Amino acid sequence: MTRPDRRSGLTRRAALAASAAALLPATTTARAQTAPRETMASVERAVLAGRTPLAAGVTLDMPTLSENGNSVDLTIRIDSPMSGEDHVTAIHVLAEKNPFPRVATFRIGLRAGRAEVGTRIRLAETQTIVVLTETSRGTVHRGAREVIVILGACVDGG
Amino acid sequence: MAGASIPARITMPAEARRGEIIEIRVLVRHAMDRAIDAPGLTPVPRKIIHTLRVTYDGAEILHMDLSPGIAANPYVAFTTVATTTGEVVFEWLEDGGAVYERRQMLTVT
Repeated sequence: MTRPDRRSGLTRRAALAASAAALLPATTTARAQTAPRETMASVERAVLAGRTPLAAGVTLDMPTLSENGNSVDLTIRIDSPMSGEDHVTAIHVLAEKNPFPRVATFRIGLRAGRAEVGTRIRLAETQTIVVLTETSRGTVHRGAREVIVILGACVDGG
Repeated sequence: MAGASIPARITMPAEARRGEIIEIRVLVRHAMDRAIDAPGLTPVPRKIIHTLRVTYDGAEILHMDLSPGIAANPYVAFTTVATTTGEVVFEWLEDGGAVYERRQMLTVT
């Protein structure tokens, strides 16, 4: 009585293991084909490279409520002495709910004189915009602002 | 196509004192097609300006990477310290390899 039970249990287990083994390469190849899509977490990890961002010194100037996600004004100001030893080198703009979270990267330097850049971005929906800035001293600063978007950039062709 | 011209509006002073921080604003006419594949839309291949490079006085003063998340007719504002009389060279790199260029003179007194 116990023998057929055990045998069937074993074969089921073996069958499960075999199907799991068969599934594994299939899923990894499927993922590899759609790989280049970055996520917010992977972008943040890539920029930070193990550093912990400081939560001060970055100001995002943008409307709290945006009627049109196709064009949202954004000005970034960083509290930096912009001196030879301590100046901003890179400014990364990230939008977590956009199809491509990495919106823009500005590389500036000492010759900017002032750590201030502006642009216009597309926003798919209401979300938090994150700005990470790197300095010549190797520190990273983080600033964030929530923006309410009435008409997202993805609903029409604009 | 290297160095082709592009409809761009560059706003910056023609003259500045040495050491003065000047603001440069650049607006360029470009659709920034981002390959949207949504119902009711005909998919178009991605064609955006992916890089804006600005050089002045022998060095790059801005290198910006743009994505489909930048609005059509990309606008960029930034600053630089007036160092010497010379040309500020703007270069836009488009998907497909096209390069557009504009130059603007800055006289430093």
